[in-house]
Amino acid sequence: MTTAATLPYVGQPVRRDRQRMIERIAGIGFAMPAFVLLLLTNVVPLLVLLYLSFTDFKLGELNSHFLGLDNFRKALADPVFRRSLYNTFIYVAIVLPGAVGLGLLIAVLLHRRKRTRSFYEVIYFLPVTSTLIAMATVWQFILHPRLGPVNGVLRAMGFNAIPFLSEPSYVLPTLAAIGIWQLVGFNMVLFLAGLSAIPRDLYEAAEIDGCRSGIDRFITITWPLLGPTTMFVIVTTSITAFKVFDTVAVMTRGGPMGSSEVLLYAIYLEGYQYFHMGYAAALTLIFLAFVLLFSILQTFVLERRVHY
Amino acid sequence: MQNVEATALLQPPVAKRVTPAGALVRRALSLLVVHGILIAGAIFILLPFVWMLITSIKSPAEIFAVDFSLWPKHFSGAENYGRALSKVPLLRFALNGLIVCAGILIVQVLVAVPCAYALAKLRFPGRTALLALVLMGLCIPIQVPALPLYMGLAELGLLNTYFAIMMPFFLSVFAIFLFRQFFKSYPDEIIHAARLDGMSEFEIVWLIVVPSAWPAIAAFAVFSIVAHWNDLYWPLIVISDTNLATPPLGMMFFADAETGSNYGALTAAATVLTAPLVIAFLIARRRFIDGITMTGIK
Repeated sequence: MTTAATLPYVGQPVRRDRQRMIERIAGIGFAMPAFVLLLLTNVVPLLVLLYLSFTDFKLGELNSHFLGLDNFRKALADPVFRRSLYNTFIYVAIVLPGAVGLGLLIAVLLHRRKRTRSFYEVIYFLPVTSTLIAMATVWQFILHPRLGPVNGVLRAMGFNAIPFLSEPSYVLPTLAAIGIWQLVGFNMVLFLAGLSAIPRDLYEAAEIDGCRSGIDRFITITWPLLGPTTMFVIVTTSITAFKVFDTVAVMTRGGPMGSSEVLLYAIYLEGYQYFHMGYAAALTLIFLAFVLLFSILQTFVLERRVHY
Repeated sequence: MQNVEATALLQPPVAKRVTPAGALVRRALSLLVVHGILIAGAIFILLPFVWMLITSIKSPAEIFAVDFSLWPKHFSGAENYGRALSKVPLLRFALNGLIVCAGILIVQVLVAVPCAYALAKLRFPGRTALLALVLMGLCIPIQVPALPLYMGLAELGLLNTYFAIMMPFFLSVFAIFLFRQFFKSYPDEIIHAARLDGMSEFEIVWLIVVPSAWPAIAAFAVFSIVAHWNDLYWPLIVISDTNLATPPLGMMFFADAETGSNYGALTAAATVLTAPLVIAFLIARRRFIDGITMTGIK
């Protein structure tokens, strides 16, 4: 790290001292607004959250008591919270392989296309830029048991209509499919970037060595060399999937019968609908613990490929 | 090495000469499979967009008909869009989205640029600690400070204001992180030369370093705008006034008011609120794709 002060100004001690002073003052001045905002929007709220999680504070009530770890104990025993945690993990377990696997498949197929590549790229990336809430409303209509085209096609083919959003056991897979729909294009682009970093002559060499089929090439070259990219995609996909909220809030509101209640939605209800601030704070900290777990992984991976 | 390359180049024509028909069939077959998969996926991706556009110009009678048709027999686009625009202030939602995104982005850049420059190029007390804080901040999603921020804003009577929607995002640790990466590779010699010319640090940041960081700022701008145009969680918490709703929140209000009764107007509204970003994306494809993926964190 070469900073101004370490560079040759040896002959001019006065000037160097002056420069150091200016750097100190300018540095503090430049960093100050960001630092103050960081305190206000991150550090102080986090400390308040920590404090709240030990109390039974409710918005609008004057008295609150110190509870120690009772909120956390209550959360771990609360069937609603346990179900929302379980549902969130099921959701991640479906979205993760789906969005990563399909993203990789599409990227590998697209990588060698020349003329059609940008055409497909635009299509697959479309959901990433579109407003998920609006599209969720459209999905709800598409999956409507009586009016939606999906069940229309199923009926026309002689099958029974599937109650995608009203049958408890179908809800999470349906929401996960929409999650995959939204993430595939994003992952595809990350994989495409990873693929373009693999030197071409490796493939040519492999071909000479007898790697003729595409699947052989994928197993011997693409997959191992794509390792860091894959790791990165897995972590970002996990975090995004873990934060599922929008589709639940619009399409199911946790229903039917709590079968699509997820972590963030549970926090939202406790904190901003029932105003159980203390309890919601404890749930938020549990949520944060999981995100940090993923994030620690992510910073490790990010450090390695910051120049992406 | 050169020999190897030469053989590699020679090989395909040789193979073709041996069995031209077989190779051609193989190639056609693999193209068929590849495009078959890609097109199947594309249909899945495009389904809601196509269905949204078609439904938005269908008449209620056709929408509710049991035997569904793809293309409408009667064109009711004007009624649907008219109804969507008159029933809720759709354009107002879009304007709110614009105000919020612009406000957030401007403050984010104004705050992050000098801080990133200081972290990259200046030596000042507390630099390492600040950098550690920034890196920690990268791991904290908005849902975590949301609860205390909400209580604070409620206490100050600031709920249902633009300020409340924008405030938690004024500081983007991600912007600081990204810009710092960029500034670090900026040559020190130019900064020294500017100092010798008598430029202040303030002038150096905004007149010399920032113009060179344009790609990073553009990429961050795309990322920030897409994130905040589409964000639901935070606006849902602090806004209950329809007139201040951002696009996703407005869509939600509208969907609640119209449940099951008017899919034509509902999809028309969805079209209007999705259109700005999608059109911007279609115009500046590369910028969007680079911007959103460069950032990696969503």
